[in-house]
Amino acid sequence: MELFKHTASQLHEKIIEKEISAVELTKAVLGRVDSVDKDVQAYITRTSETALAQAQAVDSKIQRGEKVSVLAGIPGALKDNICTKGIKTTCASKILATFVPPYDATVAEKLAAEDAVIVGKANMDEFAMGGSTENSGFFPTHNPWNLETVPGGSSGGSAAAVAAGEAIWALGSDTGGSIRQPAAYCGVVGLKPTYGRVSRYGLVAYASSLDQIGPITRDVTDSAHVMNIISGYDAKDSTSINTGVPDYTKSLVNNIKGLKIGLPKEYFVAGMDTEVERAINKAIEQLVALGAEYKEISMPHTEYALSAYYMIAPAEASSNLARYDGVSFGHRVEGNDIIDMYKKTRSEAFGAEVKRRIMLGTYALSSGYYDAYYLKALKVRTLVKQDFDKAFEQVDVLITPTAPTTAFKLGEKTNDPLAMYLQDVCTIPVNLSGVPAISIPCGFAAGMPIGMQIIGKPLGEETIIRAAYTFEQNNDYHKGFATLGEV
Amino acid sequence: MDYEIVIGLEIHTELKTNSKIFCGCSTKFGSEQNTNVCPVCLGLPGVLPVINEKVVEFAVKAGLALNCEILPFSKFDRKNYYYPDLPKNFQTSQYDLPIAVNGHLDIEVNGETKRINITRIHMEEDAGKLVHSGATISSSDSALVDYNRTGVPLLEIVSEPDIRSAEEARAYLEKVKAILEYLDVSDCKMEEGSLRCDANISLRPHGQAALGTKAEIKNLNSFRSVQRGIEYEVIRQEDILDEGGRVIQETRTWDENKGITASMRSKEQAHDYRYLPEPDLVPIVVDPARVAEIRANLPELPDARRQRLMNDHGLSEYDAGIITSSKAVADYFDQSVQNNGDAKVVANWLMGEVSKHLNSEGITILDCPVSPKQLTELLALIEKGIISNKIAKAVFEEMWTSRKDAEVIVKEKGLVQISDSSEIVAIVESVIAANPQSVADFKAGKDKAIGFLVGQIMKQTKGRANPDMVNTLLRERL
Repeated sequence: MELFKHTASQLHEKIIEKEISAVELTKAVLGRVDSVDKDVQAYITRTSETALAQAQAVDSKIQRGEKVSVLAGIPGALKDNICTKGIKTTCASKILATFVPPYDATVAEKLAAEDAVIVGKANMDEFAMGGSTENSGFFPTHNPWNLETVPGGSSGGSAAAVAAGEAIWALGSDTGGSIRQPAAYCGVVGLKPTYGRVSRYGLVAYASSLDQIGPITRDVTDSAHVMNIISGYDAKDSTSINTGVPDYTKSLVNNIKGLKIGLPKEYFVAGMDTEVERAINKAIEQLVALGAEYKEISMPHTEYALSAYYMIAPAEASSNLARYDGVSFGHRVEGNDIIDMYKKTRSEAFGAEVKRRIMLGTYALSSGYYDAYYLKALKVRTLVKQDFDKAFEQVDVLITPTAPTTAFKLGEKTNDPLAMYLQDVCTIPVNLSGVPAISIPCGFAAGMPIGMQIIGKPLGEETIIRAAYTFEQNNDYHKGFATLGEV
Repeated sequence: MDYEIVIGLEIHTELKTNSKIFCGCSTKFGSEQNTNVCPVCLGLPGVLPVINEKVVEFAVKAGLALNCEILPFSKFDRKNYYYPDLPKNFQTSQYDLPIAVNGHLDIEVNGETKRINITRIHMEEDAGKLVHSGATISSSDSALVDYNRTGVPLLEIVSEPDIRSAEEARAYLEKVKAILEYLDVSDCKMEEGSLRCDANISLRPHGQAALGTKAEIKNLNSFRSVQRGIEYEVIRQEDILDEGGRVIQETRTWDENKGITASMRSKEQAHDYRYLPEPDLVPIVVDPARVAEIRANLPELPDARRQRLMNDHGLSEYDAGIITSSKAVADYFDQSVQNNGDAKVVANWLMGEVSKHLNSEGITILDCPVSPKQLTELLALIEKGIISNKIAKAVFEEMWTSRKDAEVIVKEKGLVQISDSSEIVAIVESVIAANPQSVADFKAGKDKAIGFLVGQIMKQTKGRANPDMVNTLLRERL
């Protein structure tokens, strides 16, 4: 099997056993990028040279007999909204097309400290706004399982890179489902940690109260390894949680006896693909057979979550994105005066979806509308959160589909924002309440991967990792590899 | 018609923390442009603010000193507006849950005490500074931004509309400034912009409960401009109302050179700040025990110090009030008294010679070339009769420029007072002999004539003769 098809933990064994070198592995992945990225288009920026230098450093360490971490020398991708010192960070927006941060995001620093190799910066929906990566200001990314379909979004580049063997692991960010939904569409594992578990310092903000960085990997084991590295309190992020980080690999246990699973009936929405529903039901049966207890529960405010999200996230975005004005960094279009410059710069360099959300958010916060929209949405958010609190009084985890359908065709929903927004209906409530959730492959429909979402209590990553790992160990869905027409 | 003047003040003061409110950059004033900056205060993509604990502590101090209630739970909000000196295009400030509310301050105007209620005190970040290419904004074709000031911590202190005159406004502002100085939380240098003030002004007929339409006056950057700006605005509004017109609700700016206020923007053009809770910061929870600790450690404030000066040193309320209105002056006074200076004499000198010299050079007592120790040494020379009060003033003048000690100057210039009675008697007798007419006048009951004789004696001794002895010896011999 080609090197790029292995998982990080497998490759780590090979590296420390000196079966392969980090440079060899990195070259294999870079070669894969060379051969398939023209079709997948997962990367905005490639960092081949620094990747090889990082790999070389790992090999030197190993030659000196030093102990190296599990991600040392393993090539991965960072979503292009994670700041990297000296490397362009564009958020897939023309407004930041030439922006080179003078600092590293905390997660980038942590990965560098573990000697991880970075292959490049992955494509995304502009400023993480979207569910298909078609909103990239540069080009869309294609789903490696079927190049005519979308990889999901907004972390579509990260998910596609991992699925196509263009990266062994990746980081994405998740504001309303942006890690889990593309992971589901691309047949990989995506974990959105508890809000505050991973530092947001250096993550270019979309909606600050919802954004969270997390891993996209080939299997649950790698997800646990990446979580071990990126999690933890950060003095630079006041919203990060100041409690110790457990060793998540300790939760890689193939046993869910006595685990109480809740199935919220409100998540099985109209318009859900019957194959998706069948796959989830089958998975539940299997989990029950493995010793889990199962009960259907009700989370009555679920139907309002999507609307609340599309008030809160755009409201925060309208403020977060105000700094892109052409004054001191980023794209600038000269104007007759400062206001004219603002208008021309922002009109030219922001894409349609970003503009739509800035307008939505500006409206929701405007005097006279604030109470009816923004404040009401905050109240709904509290109710949604209470639904989760109540659910977790009864069960340990919740299981839902990650998305109502499998990956759709490029262009299919670009003219229908509401249809696009509905793809996030199962993932958005999780962000509103701040709890962790993981999406894992649980079947295929017409050859396209289906994702199952396992939602945990606040800081309940260990439980969802154990449930996901158990399911994975008893199935082969994660072992399939996108063929990319190479049959 | 005679109107009641209604004024509310918003005072902005920069806090003298070492670092900025949300990052570790220095707050030093006057550094080279754009050197006290980092990704956080430049608002680069991906950065996050972290609250400087010192700012909260200073805000609590100010809140307690201004008799406010400290809210146990307060939070930051974003105030959204576009301006090139604001890198994020929002200012992180506090909106509905400020750190301190419901305070008050008693001021004295024309011998009467008046209470000004304080609505709220909140923390926020300062903006940067625009440097225009031309002499004025309109004549400039470009502007550069200096972000050194961006993120310097500010307190905004908002009063209720309880102020009724420009004098009251000035007295209130001076007292707030004094308190902030006493707390050592702000330099309060209006000339450097570390203390700024906006005034909301409206008029209403006496006896009317409803407030009139207000105008907000910005750019009041000195005590003088606060007073002048308000006085101008009151007359402007009076004229409008007298002519049957209506005051427009608007923001106006004070033009110090022209001495007028001019419209900046109307109510319709007012910003909709679209406040939203700052999602990148957690709410500020102030532990009541910490508040109690800060309260217990508050320094002596102007009112208490004034009372102490009256009680311990027998100063009049007026003198004590003047000396304690500035912490630095009061400190100078205390240090002088500790150096065995007589309190009343020190007070007189502070309000007299020292103050006169400071004013003529436009400096504060912090830059006074004569130290408290030097002043008390000078006063000791008078006390011991070595020099007269009059000579002392000349010596002080010399100390001011040469920075030498009083004793050195007195020695160098031979200014020691003549207190040897035989020496004085000789001079007295020679003057009596040389001025028979004055002696005759005195004996005829013209008391004034003695002044002439004393003057002649002083002239001969270059002012060094002990005046008391001269008087006594002269009268004896007449």
